[in-house]
Amino acid sequence: MSPLTFSLRDGPEQRLDLSPLIAHNLAGKTVAEIERIEVGTTRIRVSAGDIFRVREGDRDSILIEGGAERFDRVGMGMSAGSIRVEGDVGVEAGRLMSGGALTIAGDAGPFAGSGMKGGTLDIEGDAGERLAGPLSGETIGMSGGVLHARGDAGARAGDRLRRGFILIEGRAGPYAGSRMIAGTLAIGDEAGDLPGYLMSRGTIFLGRGATLVSPTFGDCGDHDLVAARLLASYIAQFSAKLANLFRQPLRRLAGDLAALGKGEILLPSR
Amino acid sequence: MPELTVNGIAIDDTFAEAFDMRATAIVITAPTDRWAAQAATTMTGFATSVIACGCEASVESVQPPEQTPDGRPGVRVLMFAVSTAELQRQLQNRVGQCVLTSPGSACYAGLDSGEDKLKLGDAIRFFGDGWQIAKRLGARRYWRVPVMDGEFVCESTTYLTKKAVGGGNLIVMGESASKTLDATEAAVEAMRGVADVIMPFPGGIARSGSKVGSKYKGASASTNDPYCPTLKGAVDSVLSPEIASVLEIVIDGLTSEAVAEAMRAGLAAIIELGPARGALRVGAGNYGGKLGRHHYHLKDLLP
Repeated sequence: MSPLTFSLRDGPEQRLDLSPLIAHNLAGKTVAEIERIEVGTTRIRVSAGDIFRVREGDRDSILIEGGAERFDRVGMGMSAGSIRVEGDVGVEAGRLMSGGALTIAGDAGPFAGSGMKGGTLDIEGDAGERLAGPLSGETIGMSGGVLHARGDAGARAGDRLRRGFILIEGRAGPYAGSRMIAGTLAIGDEAGDLPGYLMSRGTIFLGRGATLVSPTFGDCGDHDLVAARLLASYIAQFSAKLANLFRQPLRRLAGDLAALGKGEILLPSR
Repeated sequence: MPELTVNGIAIDDTFAEAFDMRATAIVITAPTDRWAAQAATTMTGFATSVIACGCEASVESVQPPEQTPDGRPGVRVLMFAVSTAELQRQLQNRVGQCVLTSPGSACYAGLDSGEDKLKLGDAIRFFGDGWQIAKRLGARRYWRVPVMDGEFVCESTTYLTKKAVGGGNLIVMGESASKTLDATEAAVEAMRGVADVIMPFPGGIARSGSKVGSKYKGASASTNDPYCPTLKGAVDSVLSPEIASVLEIVIDGLTSEAVAEAMRAGLAAIIELGPARGALRVGAGNYGGKLGRHHYHLKDLLP
């Protein structure tokens, strides 16, 4: 069966909350009912049918043709099925998702994958700041699943990561993996200043190092880690490029010793 | 005993009687074939019989690097015991003392499913004294325990099967010790090609088959005198005059089918070798069929 398709008519005139357009919320609804779903965020009411031409298809497989920086909360809370956006999205894409597969074929705004618990989020372009991180007042960020950003990521990627994998093929901004609780954050290209700032546990992999590493990480030397082999074979199913970076002797930095200090930064040996 | 003859070898019309057991499997890897084998050999030492060893364990197969979780050379070890608690105790003692200690080793679950789980790394991780690190990769979780040559990586748990069978067997009889040993070795070699079975005795072979009970108090088993060639004239022997040596192969399998398959492979190898170079007769051990649930009739397993 072909996917349920939302074709963008014109660029939206206000920010949109697209969180209702997920499989379990659309199950059993007719196309006419789906077109009436409110997606606006201002006093001017906007429904899905105003923004998109909706074409009948499988509710578990959603295709959004076109994208915009104003497309907020795409796939938020999704638990199953797949959503593919052929374009850019705004804030909080895939926030709190617990299953299924969300693909953004463009760039994503801040807080993509915020607090996600499961499933896979694939961002084919760049990601904004606080990738997978918690919103203000929340104590943990991502707690499961796999977030794969093929481009660069903004500041504080993986803030308060608790479990799961964040794979960034490009560069990351400053404070990547700040306050990490556990989990794995892998960055293929160079990271900005102070990765792992105040992290307590978990693993940050820096494919090309960082512009500044905190002196509160202790150098534990170069090692051929069995764990890196396991990480490489797991990551290979998502990113061959990142997996290959794990297949070499790695230098281990233990930290952040200004916090609990049971985390680690791994980077290629000098 | 009524018997039939295949390729000049007499096959007793009898059956092997085997028992339900609990079993698990692990995969041990190391930087080289040699050290993977060493860790497994050490871990499966003194594990021939549950009578006094607590478990029966042996290497099931050598795993090429492309089949192991970490891409290093490995071996798969099977371990059998009579209860879940004893299997857990034996597993953690043996992995803790023999695999954790072996240079460069890592240890993974060797069963993908089962009725229950056993602690593997979950029992060993405390050796890390707080420096151990857990890493979850998809559905699997691993412990990284810092040790003096790097890190010991050990999967959290492995599975346990309650469908395992212990005590499948073949009794190989020949006109000399050397020909009997040749036939038995050929059978063990063929059985090693069968998945999910081990032959836990030395080199897969037991020369001291036992009967239940003893004239002495406190001994639960004693020598199987009807099969001892030096007692042929003194006891109610089952051996004909030309038999001078008897060896037994005991088989434990993760499933009843695997035990039957191994017995089939062993019988075929003995028959192929023929009576001139190998055995004159093959039998099997049982207790009248009342103790064990699994019966393997030799006549059903002939090639």
